[in-house]
Amino acid sequence: MLKPLSCFLGLVLGVAAVLGAAGTTPAQQAVTLTGAGATFPFPLYSKWSQVYDVERGVRINYQSIGSGGGIRQFIAKTVDFGATDGPMTDEQIRQAGGRPLHIPMVAGAVAPVYNIPGVGTGLNFTPGVLAGVFLGRITRWNDPRLLKDNPEAKLPAADIIVVRRSDGSGTTAIWVNYLSRVSAEWRRKVGEGTSVNWPVGIGGKGNEGVAGLVRQTPNALGYVELAYALTNRMPVGNVRNRAGQFIRPSLSSTTRAMEGALAAIPPDYRIFFTDPQGRDVYPVAGFTWILIHGEQPDPVKGRALVDFLWWAVHDGQKYAPPLHYAPLPKGLVARVEGTLRAVTTQGKALLP
Amino acid sequence: MGDRLFAHLLAAMAGGVLVITAAMLAALTVGAWPAIRKFGPAFFASSAWDPVAGDFGALPFIYGTLVSSAVALGLAVPLGLGVAIFLSELAPGWLRRPVGFLVELLAAIPSVVYGLWGIFVLVPWVRATLSPPLKATLGFLPLFEGPPLGIGMLTAGLILAIMVVPFIIAVSTEVMRAVPTSQREAALSLGATVWETTRAAVIPYARSGIVGAIFLALARALGETMAVTMVVGNVPQIRASLFAPAYTISAVIANEFAEATDVHLAALIYAGLVLFLVTLTVNILARLLVARAGRGPGLIRE
Repeated sequence: MLKPLSCFLGLVLGVAAVLGAAGTTPAQQAVTLTGAGATFPFPLYSKWSQVYDVERGVRINYQSIGSGGGIRQFIAKTVDFGATDGPMTDEQIRQAGGRPLHIPMVAGAVAPVYNIPGVGTGLNFTPGVLAGVFLGRITRWNDPRLLKDNPEAKLPAADIIVVRRSDGSGTTAIWVNYLSRVSAEWRRKVGEGTSVNWPVGIGGKGNEGVAGLVRQTPNALGYVELAYALTNRMPVGNVRNRAGQFIRPSLSSTTRAMEGALAAIPPDYRIFFTDPQGRDVYPVAGFTWILIHGEQPDPVKGRALVDFLWWAVHDGQKYAPPLHYAPLPKGLVARVEGTLRAVTTQGKALLP
Repeated sequence: MGDRLFAHLLAAMAGGVLVITAAMLAALTVGAWPAIRKFGPAFFASSAWDPVAGDFGALPFIYGTLVSSAVALGLAVPLGLGVAIFLSELAPGWLRRPVGFLVELLAAIPSVVYGLWGIFVLVPWVRATLSPPLKATLGFLPLFEGPPLGIGMLTAGLILAIMVVPFIIAVSTEVMRAVPTSQREAALSLGATVWETTRAAVIPYARSGIVGAIFLALARALGETMAVTMVVGNVPQIRASLFAPAYTISAVIANEFAEATDVHLAALIYAGLVLFLVTLTVNILARLLVARAGRGPGLIRE
């Protein structure tokens, strides 16, 4: 009875030893970087990870657990990099210790989407109207403030069904940051964050939840990531910018928004660049960041990490537009280069 | 020697359940501690949910959890028992098998699939087909006030009912099938009709099993997350109307956990603790109720 068992055990151990020996040799050379955080850039990061593994033989293991989780893991130092759609608070930076850096990767726009029977894409929204609707001050589609900017559209005498995200998300953070910028009442009564206390509206889970509710509910108005609105071909609204132009949300108008905001972007990049200056900029957009420590504990991993980020803001940017992310403008990439050059290990710069 | 080892092994397994429950309670309490210290028992009575200001209360979520589960059981228990009685007492053998198989299939569908089906099929159906006649006939009741969006407590209750009914059917059918034929024959020989036999001989005999089936359904309804959050509207408010959007405890945890930090995170874990306590309380109350009802004499008992 014992004999076959011991034979079997011996076989298992033998196989394990062979596999182990085979596994260790390449593992000593290959570097794996682990990261966790925002779900919004996940399609892009997984594309990058696939391409970078082929090109440079460095594996990027990215888990899209949400921005909050990304910041928590980054503070706990259980990952090589974190990722977030909303900048860390001063308190979180204090908890993280050392010199945490926000590196912008790409930008995403948030677009108003709606479903009004008989009305196509391209309704015009002023900032005041958007804030009014989401505050519950403007409740009907045929409100004079909406009719004034949309003389062509046949807006119905129906209630506006407001749809917003129920889950905490970077999309919401950008949207409510914009509403806070353009409306003092919103700033005072609701404020901003990844989840807020909404005055009106029903909540859908995720972009797909909001898009589903908007499409299923006549006379609904919601907001989703631009990528989501484009791939689902939903009617998208134009938003009036500071220059008084109604701008259709698109990748190019989002990249122009980053250019317009360049002077206002601080050295640590912790900013929502909503409502920037510029003539044809789309005003509701934000960065997604990768979080790294300015002083890297491990020289090999640290070098691999800054090499990857350098690649991401240069060669990696060409993978962004097909996935509906807005690439960084040249002026900003130049600034990010300086930030990456300042990353150190044991006090010495990692990049030559 | 072997027997004692066996007994100890089984005791250890049973003890493991207690240890896991205690460990979960402890972990929830530790995680929720910042929120427990800040809000205390007032958390149960407060309707605030403001992540920006850091002010939290669980009352609308407790209400939503209990009411959506009550609506679900209100629909699922009569339907489930009816199907179970039909399958065990009336259905011919060739029908019983395929129906039983379909019921099990229904129980195995992942809840996110129910959720997507809910958003794309059930929500428009409730808005356009179910709600208008309800509103036209019963609209004077506060229960059916306001515009029917298709999203809200009623749809959440409906989808929960569809999800839990297979549990009630499957378990109840089995326990009714297990009632000895002698019981039925005794009732029939006294001249009872099929309905009277079922009511007097089968159901009392199978009662504890049926109650177990309902508990299982209730537990699933209270804790169900994905399907509910897709159709409930996710608005933390307390409204009498079943047309109004609402929110449940498990849904708010699933929605906000990934992005939450600090007090917000602690408040969500506190909400998890509340769900734990709500489930416990509901189960204890239900058991007390059954124990009390069980004291009445059955018609034919051994």
